[in-house]
Amino acid sequence: MSTSLSTQPARPEHDTAPGPAIAVDGLTREFDERPVLRDVSLRLGRGATLAVLGPNGSGKTTLLRILATLLRPSSGSVGVLDAELPREAWRVRGRVGFIGHDPLLYRDLTLREALTFHARLHRLDERASARVAELLRAVSLERTADELVRNLSAGMLQRAAACRAVLHEPELLLLDEPFDHLDPAARDLVSELLRTAPGRTRVVVSHDVEAALDAADRALALRHDGSVAYEGPAPGLSPGDARAIYTGRK
Amino acid sequence: MKVPSVPSPRTTAIAAVALLAAGYSLVFFYAPNDADQGFIQKIFYLHVPLAICALLGFILAGIHSIRHLQTGDAKHDARSYVSIHISVIFGVAVLATGAIWARASWGKWWVWQEPTLVSFLIVFLLYCTYYPLRYAIADRDRQARYASVFAITAGAFVPLNFVAVRLAQPLVHPRVFATANGGLPASMLFTFLVCLAAMALLWITLVRFELAAKSSAGRLRRLRRALDGDLGLAGGSRIAPAVPPRAAGPS
Amino acid sequence: MSAFRAILAKDLRVELRTLESVPAMALFAVTTFVLFRFGLDRDSLAGGLAGGVLLATILFAAIVAVNRLFVAEREQGGFDAIRLAPVDAVALWAAKAVALVIYLAAFELVAVPIFAAFFLDSWAGIGPLVAILALADLGLGAVGALVSSLAASSRARDLVGPLVLLPLLVPVMIASAKGAEQLLAAGGPSYSGLGKWLAILALYDLTFAAIGFAVFDFVIED
Repeated sequence: MSTSLSTQPARPEHDTAPGPAIAVDGLTREFDERPVLRDVSLRLGRGATLAVLGPNGSGKTTLLRILATLLRPSSGSVGVLDAELPREAWRVRGRVGFIGHDPLLYRDLTLREALTFHARLHRLDERASARVAELLRAVSLERTADELVRNLSAGMLQRAAACRAVLHEPELLLLDEPFDHLDPAARDLVSELLRTAPGRTRVVVSHDVEAALDAADRALALRHDGSVAYEGPAPGLSPGDARAIYTGRK
Repeated sequence: MKVPSVPSPRTTAIAAVALLAAGYSLVFFYAPNDADQGFIQKIFYLHVPLAICALLGFILAGIHSIRHLQTGDAKHDARSYVSIHISVIFGVAVLATGAIWARASWGKWWVWQEPTLVSFLIVFLLYCTYYPLRYAIADRDRQARYASVFAITAGAFVPLNFVAVRLAQPLVHPRVFATANGGLPASMLFTFLVCLAAMALLWITLVRFELAAKSSAGRLRRLRRALDGDLGLAGGSRIAPAVPPRAAGPS
Repeated sequence: MSAFRAILAKDLRVELRTLESVPAMALFAVTTFVLFRFGLDRDSLAGGLAGGVLLATILFAAIVAVNRLFVAEREQGGFDAIRLAPVDAVALWAAKAVALVIYLAAFELVAVPIFAAFFLDSWAGIGPLVAILALADLGLGAVGALVSSLAASSRARDLVGPLVLLPLLVPVMIASAKGAEQLLAAGGPSYSGLGKWLAILALYDLTFAAIGFAVFDFVIED
């Protein structure tokens, strides 16, 4: 597992080496003038994994959606894969894989049709059906491939969402509780699909504090009011401290 | 809201009142009575300037909205909102004066033969839907963006609508500014232009006052929020745009 | 371009599978014809009255489709799916507009013959009427897709959509009704001056297509 942690700011244009996967400074996001994220800063090098922890309402989902270009920051600077958001969001799209609370699959399509639709959106045209079939096999869903999405169970939907997220072989994975609804066997399959790989950076939101910290290079812990309680290497945050953040004592 | 260096609302207000007084004195003491329609024709010195200002106001709102989408700066959204607001109010006056004139000229409270008035009614109805649209969108950013999309669409719609309605009328409506000699006498034209300028100043004054009021209300809300701490009090109007703070103000 | 085709294909596939829009529109229209028959106390229509009844019914049926146009996107996270992909937002608008035009065409294939059977003494004007309806449908598609997307994220969306849409459709109503009036005239269709109405419809279509292209990016982003 690579642990390159670039703490330098993004390098100038003429330098061909890429900057950090994620560089966030003073990010604040408000909804109806109520702050959900306050002054969040973080750095994540390419190929590294970041665990995002915090109680409900601490802004973890909001942070992921901002990194995915689905939301704009209210203030602060956000750089993802050398693109400045929100101005250069178009440069990031297609290079990010996102798992959120919605599987993002049309309920009146079959599983295969829904994934093929995403593949076509990501311009995988000729390779689309082969890639979809390969992924369905990887998560053991090939037998339900021709079922309508509305008839799938929550666990199947979660596995399908994982397929959707990695369909286009993205450089950055943004995973909001990717193991929700999964039994241990399914969890292993999805874990395998979402595992670290060279050139693949990951941000994972999870409520399983120990497992998340174990699998991560860096950690970001948010308090209930959206401010940063801890940002740094994962080993630097003990599970005890993490739990204290959840209960509001830190 | 960053206020550019222009005269304060008070100055424009004084100028507007002065010009309105001048204009309407001219209407009653200087401009001759119309040969065909008599005294009631004078309502046009009120009706037409109101209409022109309202329509220009709608188009101006569209321009503010284009800037809003280009820059993302909320002050343009506030300007667009207020422009539409004042123009809609002017619109009510246009329709009311139009109805009075119709009643006096044709004995009915509404005439479908006047294509400009009918077009104006349609435009007015369209801009009335601006409020339910804004009100129905909870997220402020999206509300402002969609309002701008609406204002641009509606602004482009205005000329198209006038063309369509005019073409639908088989009769050419008699021009209202004729006298027995035909054509518009200089005295009427001059009076009309003064009244038009006065209405325009009135429109600008009302817009400036409303923007200033919103700016103060916004600052008050922010001060309250800072004092009360983050209790998440979602106060303030649900549809009026939040005017952003001046650079030097507390936030 | 491939995104446009993918989205359009998806919409048509879902419509064929669920049949949520087109049958409802057709049923709505036929029932409305019956209402007009009794409301106007006429069992045969010609000229302006025929044009008006037909066009008003088509416009109201279009509202049925407009309300349903972005339902899947709204309820199943579809906007996110499209925004995460390297897709031009305009492709979504264009696909929805074309889908709406297709639904309207399909529905008119049923509704217009029924209208003619119910009310017209002669079917002579129906052929050229297709040109008018085609141009009107294009306009409805462009404006309907735009307004539907604005209303989709609002509360009371089934109210806001039609409320904003109807005033915008007045020029379409004017031009197509005037054209239909001539084509469905009691003495037989007349073609003089028809070009004027087709021109207005074309101008309307171009204007709103241009607007849709220009602003839809801002509708999609968050």
